[in-house]
Amino acid sequence: MTQTTPLNATHRALGARMVDFGGWDMPINYGSQIDEHHQVRRDAGMFDVSHMTVVDLRGARVREFLRRLLANSVDKLGKPGKALYTCMLNEQGGVIDDLIVYFIDDAFFRLVVNAATRDKDVAWITRHADGFGVEVSVRDDLAIIAVQGPNARERVHGLLDADTRARAGRLARFSSIQTTDGLFIARTGYTGEDGYEIVLPATIAVAFWQRLLDAGVKPVGLGARDTLRLEAGMNLYGQDMDESTTPLESGLGWTVSFDPARDFIGRGALEAQQAAGVPRRLVGLVLDEKGVLRHDQVVLSAAGEGRVLSGSFSPTLGKSIALARVPADASGGLRVDIRGRELPVRVLQPPFVREGKAQPGV
Amino acid sequence: MQEIPGDLKFLKSHEWARIEDDGTIRVGISDHAQALLGDLVYVELPNVGDDVEAGKACAVVESVKAASDVYAPVSGEIVEVNSDLADKPETINEDAYGDGWLFAIKPGTASQGEMDELLDPNDYSELIENEDH
Repeated sequence: MTQTTPLNATHRALGARMVDFGGWDMPINYGSQIDEHHQVRRDAGMFDVSHMTVVDLRGARVREFLRRLLANSVDKLGKPGKALYTCMLNEQGGVIDDLIVYFIDDAFFRLVVNAATRDKDVAWITRHADGFGVEVSVRDDLAIIAVQGPNARERVHGLLDADTRARAGRLARFSSIQTTDGLFIARTGYTGEDGYEIVLPATIAVAFWQRLLDAGVKPVGLGARDTLRLEAGMNLYGQDMDESTTPLESGLGWTVSFDPARDFIGRGALEAQQAAGVPRRLVGLVLDEKGVLRHDQVVLSAAGEGRVLSGSFSPTLGKSIALARVPADASGGLRVDIRGRELPVRVLQPPFVREGKAQPGV
Repeated sequence: MQEIPGDLKFLKSHEWARIEDDGTIRVGISDHAQALLGDLVYVELPNVGDDVEAGKACAVVESVKAASDVYAPVSGEIVEVNSDLADKPETINEDAYGDGWLFAIKPGTASQGEMDELLDPNDYSELIENEDH
């Protein structure tokens, strides 16, 4: 059965084109997807991402549990409120999901995981939590609204009381605060722009969305969310990595923390892969010629074939970009087969765009 | 949604065809098709002089979301293409039945029969209404 978020009727009233997104009825766009993309790069836009799953973990040994569960190290989280992007791996080093973990207090951490992976994630987390006496609770009573763009924080601040506004104004990137009226405000996102992801009770989601609308924040669909995150060089689970690929061949080596003596799940497999040589790597591609790079197109190189993982037209750059997995030693002279034509592409290190600006060399 | 001009005929795959005064057949994609595709960013057109066959793909329109083949409604020879679309593919979003046309075909001998096979505006409207449910 198709699931809906608390904002479903609101999206429809705003004229959204709704699509099935991993079993959820979600807005792909409200009008022009390209306009929505620019709105976030140039001003402020908001996304309903309530389909994502909030999982709260409580227990005296929760940090110890997360040291084992996650490939990045929660020991980097020193101050309450701090957040960390990480993969959760299986024993083979394959990616079960990518997620953000928030340190709230010594006995309470919060995870935000993907929608499509929810069931297997919760099963995996619960299975491993048992040995640590950690209580796992899935928060279906919460909604999530992401407000992103150069003016996003300012617009949100206008809706907050003076004390909360001051606290939010002092927030460092990848940090969060909780408010007395039930908001969880994190300075994180999936667009390459500054802004907040706000977790809030489902019961007040519609009213809060309306206040954001009144403050001039425009609704943005999942279509633009995808082009924004691709420009920002951010991976999409299920497309850029999954259980058959390790973080090392997915451009996510930077999120794996091989700190001494920490036995996280999948570590042995990753170390074995490193010792043997990681066979493939994730790269960014730019197509200067006309055409659009798309998922599953074949990448040709002297070192062998690769595949486009995420490909689209980049509204900011006015040409097509992609993330692709290619043989580790593929370097110059790459081409992509688009409907039988081999078009040359340039290889570069993502991101393509950050904070409204094309990155050097793009 | 834009109103469908009465002089158009349609393929089920959402191409429109219009017989011009000079006997050529102008082809585009329907307003419904452009709305489904979303913002168009790239158009791959046939070359003038190409022979095309009814029901076969002869052009591609790409939006941010997806690439979609465009099928020839009738067989014949391409006599004109809308080269303005190279720089302004969004014209299709703005005016699918007018300035957003794709190419023109000089029809071959079987074209009358082929045109008779196409849907009239009422049948096409019914088709897309049913699709929406």
